[in-house]
Amino acid sequence: MALQSLDIKSRSATTTESPSVRKTTQVAKLIDISKCIGCKACEAACMEWNDLRDAVGENNGAFDSPRDLSDRSWTVMRFYEEQPNEKFEWLIRKDGCLHCEDPGCLAACPAPGAIVQYANGLVDFHEENCIGCGYCIAGCPFDIPRISKKDSKAYKCTLCSDRVTVGLEPACIKACPTGALVFGSKEDMTHHAEGRVADLNERGFANAGLYDPAGVGGTHVMYVLQHADRPELYGLPADPAISPLVSLWKGLAKPFALAALGLAALGSLLHYVRVGPNEAEEPASDERASQ
Amino acid sequence: MSRRIERYSANERVNHWFTAITFVILAASGLALFHPSMYWLTNLLGGGTWTRILHPFVGVAMFVSFVFMVRSFWAHNKLSRSDYRWLARWRDVLNNRESELPDAGRYNAGQKLLFWVMLVTMLLLLVSGIVIWQPYFAPAFPITLVRLAVLTHACSAFVLILGIIVHIYAAFWVRGSIRAMTRGYVSQAWAKKHHAAWYRELSDS
Repeated sequence: MALQSLDIKSRSATTTESPSVRKTTQVAKLIDISKCIGCKACEAACMEWNDLRDAVGENNGAFDSPRDLSDRSWTVMRFYEEQPNEKFEWLIRKDGCLHCEDPGCLAACPAPGAIVQYANGLVDFHEENCIGCGYCIAGCPFDIPRISKKDSKAYKCTLCSDRVTVGLEPACIKACPTGALVFGSKEDMTHHAEGRVADLNERGFANAGLYDPAGVGGTHVMYVLQHADRPELYGLPADPAISPLVSLWKGLAKPFALAALGLAALGSLLHYVRVGPNEAEEPASDERASQ
Repeated sequence: MSRRIERYSANERVNHWFTAITFVILAASGLALFHPSMYWLTNLLGGGTWTRILHPFVGVAMFVSFVFMVRSFWAHNKLSRSDYRWLARWRDVLNNRESELPDAGRYNAGQKLLFWVMLVTMLLLLVSGIVIWQPYFAPAFPITLVRLAVLTHACSAFVLILGIIVHIYAAFWVRGSIRAMTRGYVSQAWAKKHHAAWYRELSDS
């Protein structure tokens, strides 16, 4: 859904500038993994607000339920049992779209307006424009978008753009009982994270830090990690960026290929004009004689 | 001997034009999803979603049709030593100085080159197209392979479209060639001038 009260910063498959006169504060969600107890209230709140009901899955002997993101599960808790410092730790990460400042999904999308980035930084899928090609999946460095088996459209977390635009916090934030989830301006959230990191440092987590990866221009969903030097413990890529294959495909290749094809057609015309046709000389009577 | 020489049978002509029509649909719908400025071409197949649905099926149809063409023309497209000499003299080719070129058989070196370019790109397009085919096959492949496939698909399509632009122009440029694919025959003078070795072969038999 387009939101009249919120400008769009960039729009998929659109080469001209989007409306951008209004000034909007950059927002962010901060997920403090050290405070998360894995209660899944955020999952329930997400389903509730967005009217989503995923199919009941099967127990696989772990707490992960649902086991993966889907068209109807836009956020899932992932449970990692790790021993980073010879000591057992239960790392629980709320997974979902990170709302990249430089979104790979948007760069890869061929359908105009199927993916938009609002001026406040949220990346939203407009499913009515989605054609179901799955390019967003190839573009995403975090494996987030899911194509629905029901309607072949791509879905993911909207960061409750409909709530945020009217000044409410996302549904998951409202439901979190421990304060592991907070929402506000990106500046405030970064500041809040600094305090949390300092606290964790004092508690023996020397490598605690903020996950706001620069490779994708920073994200509008950030994590406080106890072990920020090893994000892979949490199933996060250490240095995420849009794949060079995707950058080449949706970057340099696009204008180059189109220009080369245009030049080939133009070159053919010029060749005809300058050199002319290659004709086989034939007596004018030949055609008639052969009838 | 008649002054009309048969070059393509009715079946070969139908085969060619079926491939050509599917190619035009595929090139248009493919470019539509490749560059935003071409997105309007999705209207050809009834919108973006229909383009995404139909493009792969039309692609398979083109490939199957193309396989029949390969079977018909394979034997005439093997590159020989004189073909390399023909290619080396590309300046004479472009300037209509055909007397300077080695005699061409049923196909000249340029046509043979196009044959191989089409064969290789069609194979790449088929394989990479299956890897990115939503919703049936793409979910089964690892993401790096899918990324490699989208790039391969775009690059192969680019080379193929470029080849076909040259192919279409050459048919206009070398007068009397289009008739070979519409009516099936060429004139004696056409065969003598453009495919002298082929002409001799026909005259001898």
